[in-house]
Amino acid sequence: MADGWQLFLDSFWPIVWGAVSGTIPLALASFAIGLVLALGVALMRLSRNRVVSGIARVYISIIRGTPLLVQLFVIFYGLPAIGVVIDPWPSAIAAFSLNVGGYAAEIIRAAILSVPKGQWEAGYTIGMSHAKTLRRIILPQAARVSVPPLSNSFISLVKDTSLASLILVTELFKVSQQIAAFSQEFMLLYLEAALVYWIICLALSSGQSALERRLDRYVAH
Amino acid sequence: MSPTDPVPADPSPAERPLLTATGLRKAFGENEVLRGIDFEVRRGEVVVLIGPSGSGKTTVLRSLNGLETPDAGVLDLDGGPVIDFAAQALGPAKAAKQQRLALRDRSAMVFQHHNLFPHLTVLENVIEGPVQVQRVPKARAVAEATALLDRVGLAEKRDAYPFELSGGQQQRVGIVRALALKPDLLLFDEPTSALDPELVGEVLQVIAELAREGWTMVVVTHELAFARQAADEVLFLDGGVVVERGTPQELFTAPREERTRRFLDRILRPLD
Repeated sequence: MADGWQLFLDSFWPIVWGAVSGTIPLALASFAIGLVLALGVALMRLSRNRVVSGIARVYISIIRGTPLLVQLFVIFYGLPAIGVVIDPWPSAIAAFSLNVGGYAAEIIRAAILSVPKGQWEAGYTIGMSHAKTLRRIILPQAARVSVPPLSNSFISLVKDTSLASLILVTELFKVSQQIAAFSQEFMLLYLEAALVYWIICLALSSGQSALERRLDRYVAH
Repeated sequence: MSPTDPVPADPSPAERPLLTATGLRKAFGENEVLRGIDFEVRRGEVVVLIGPSGSGKTTVLRSLNGLETPDAGVLDLDGGPVIDFAAQALGPAKAAKQQRLALRDRSAMVFQHHNLFPHLTVLENVIEGPVQVQRVPKARAVAEATALLDRVGLAEKRDAYPFELSGGQQQRVGIVRALALKPDLLLFDEPTSALDPELVGEVLQVIAELAREGWTMVVVTHELAFARQAADEVLFLDGGVVVERGTPQELFTAPREERTRRFLDRILRPLD
């Protein structure tokens, strides 16, 4: 038992370091890029141009209709077959960003549609263009609506980054696996990895609540 | 006119109506909402549109602000734009957009449900148009907005969010937001229909005062008492046409058309 406790303590900081240097930056970068992509795809999807909205529709369908692990493998192990070799980190960021882009696009689209039509008209009537109304009137209100579902996406993403361990990215889970293989204490190390993921997600949940309170300052309770 | 009188030249700009609408037509699918609407609005005049729901009065008003596009007819604003909708429909989309923006440049709309921006404070709501669209320096826009808010008794609410106001206060902010754009033409779309009865008065008073100050306005309303007191001309619409028009005196005390009489009866004596 004492040995187990010692191993837990010895492995704790390496695993946390795996989170700090791998999991968290991977999730942050992918989410940031993914959100920009998602906004673009959501606007394409809302476009009256059938070709434009069709492209967005197909993209969303592919992302949602295929496993993330398969997407990751296509990029890292598949693309080299046609001469495109991408390093583990950029491969992981590309796969996760594309994934977030597909799912968050639907969230953002729904949030934009949830803003009453009268808000668009009020923007037009004070002389704003469509783009300006979108930017200054609609998106700030859509942002409030989309924070809870987008927070869920981000929390899922943090956990999904563990898949990057399969394409040689050193992150939280990869570090746990290596120590487990070395010490043969699989139960202990994988529970420890789970614990660290849980702590990160708890912190994110409380961050979500704070953000929602801030964005709710202008609505009646 | 005696034969010695000189032939009148084209009316000078000061005498031309601010707005001339001719033959406005609009259909939503099979449903013809406007079937040839003609009217004029002179500077400083208050024109009130009344009529049953579905009569087309709101569509007329929204057309004046480019929120609806009639299928045919002409809107001629003195000083521009002059829009021939049938011709516009055949022309490039870009030109249509330019005309729509030019139309909005001349008028401002007060909505039934105020449509204030909920994420902006009262002051921010009012200066959004001047600062973001008209490029008025922010300090000047704030000073002007504060003065306007003061006039409708809401100066101390300038930093409140819309949800913190009563319905009547929200609508007064809606009016100030329109005034801040300094439009030539103010448009009101049933500005009191969504309000609790005890809040209607404070909003109508503001509108009546603006009328006295000489603002030109077109008002769609069910408040016949307001129309009677504030209107220069009342148009009764039904089935997409102007059934009858006249001064409030003429229309309310001696309506010529049976349909007008029935409509007025229904509103004034709902229990008979």
